[in-house]
Amino acid sequence: MALAVDVEKQLGAFRLAVRFETAGGVTALFGPSGAGKTSLVNVIAGLLTPDCGAIRLDDAVLFDAAAGINVPPHRRGIGYVFQDGRLFPHLSVRQNLDYGRRMSGRVQDAAEFERVAKLLDIGALLDRRPRTLSGGERQRVAVGRALLMRPRLLLLDEPLASLDIGHKREILPYLIRLRDEAGVPMVYVSHTAAELRLIATNVIRMDGGRVVAADGLDLLREADANSLV
Amino acid sequence: MHSLTPAEWTAVELSLRVAIIATAVALPFGIAIGWLLARVDFWGKTLLDGIVYLPLVLPPVVTGYLLLISFGRRGPIGSFLADYFGIVFSFRWTGAALSCGVMGFPLMVRPIRLALEAIDRRLEDAAATLGAGRFLVFLTITLPLALPGIIAGAVMCFARALGEFGATITFVSNIPGETQTISAAIYSLLQVPGGEAPAGRLVLLAIAIALAALIISEWFARRAGMRFRGE
Repeated sequence: MALAVDVEKQLGAFRLAVRFETAGGVTALFGPSGAGKTSLVNVIAGLLTPDCGAIRLDDAVLFDAAAGINVPPHRRGIGYVFQDGRLFPHLSVRQNLDYGRRMSGRVQDAAEFERVAKLLDIGALLDRRPRTLSGGERQRVAVGRALLMRPRLLLLDEPLASLDIGHKREILPYLIRLRDEAGVPMVYVSHTAAELRLIATNVIRMDGGRVVAADGLDLLREADANSLV
Repeated sequence: MHSLTPAEWTAVELSLRVAIIATAVALPFGIAIGWLLARVDFWGKTLLDGIVYLPLVLPPVVTGYLLLISFGRRGPIGSFLADYFGIVFSFRWTGAALSCGVMGFPLMVRPIRLALEAIDRRLEDAAATLGAGRFLVFLTITLPLALPGIIAGAVMCFARALGEFGATITFVSNIPGETQTISAAIYSLLQVPGGEAPAGRLVLLAIAIALAALIISEWFARRAGMRFRGE
């Protein structure tokens, strides 16, 4: 996987102007609140259209302002795990997990479903409604839902931020298993260095809408010294 | 309660037919207009908003008269539809359905619009990232989430259509078996000596139909609500 982003976007008084490339693994987007991390992830997903620039994923052009290319979000094949889960309240857990497959019209793959449900330990929740799930369970289902659409790239926007410390400890091992077993490239947004030390394979630090540093995991040690946890 | 005469049954059957057809035909338009008002900013939106709610504030006789001069035999829309599609409204039960639909429309649009405005649009974004195009998002996320509002709107329209009197009698008159709904029949019965007893039967029946509609809609709305609460 190779993701190349070079975009600019004016959002009110805030200006997002970002350029970076990454080659697979888990790329962390790290920085304080208001650094533009979520906006950048929305741009990659296609939910926010940049003013200029280009986005490439492997050999596919997802966005190119000069060439007039803007692939809509539903054709990008990019999974997105939102901070707040965003499970569909009118559907069961099973229907939520199955949503991506239904929308793409693929035939059901019971083995794949089973494997993801097992990986995230959500097999016992399938017939429940999202509202009856705990925060940790909800995020695990959200990860499973994004995985089952067979993404080329998985975006995770502070997937642990809405959880208390116990639930964070509950879900992080699943995300690490995801990295090591599923092999899906990820862009992982967080402002918590401790969390990223466990999961990231390379780090891009953002501040004020810009990339301020992009050289590996050393950044986190430095951040750690500033006690950002 | 004595059994109804065939003439009274005709009025009841006609009222139900008119109200059901009016609601069913108005519903797609109600959803489209509700969506437009809730989601899209366009030039003339305030005007459209005003026109939609006009039948609610105009005297029904005025609405009926406006329908008569536009959808009547010699009206511009009425003559066009009659000449090219063979659809005739004047002095037909279809005209009664049209006036009932127009009168019920604002009551239908309002709850649908409110329901659409209340939907968390971020859920629609989530559906898009999962591979659903705009129409599929609307069909699988927006519409089901707005269902309680759509049911409420349909029931309001149905109730209004069932009770409509002023616009209908102005537009298509009061012809037994064709345009004489329960309301018009009660009105006619009360104009003649000895009409109180049959009018009373129709009044009781009108109450029964209205109550049944309310109970059925409550049941639907509760079921739809239960799905969201995860029961």
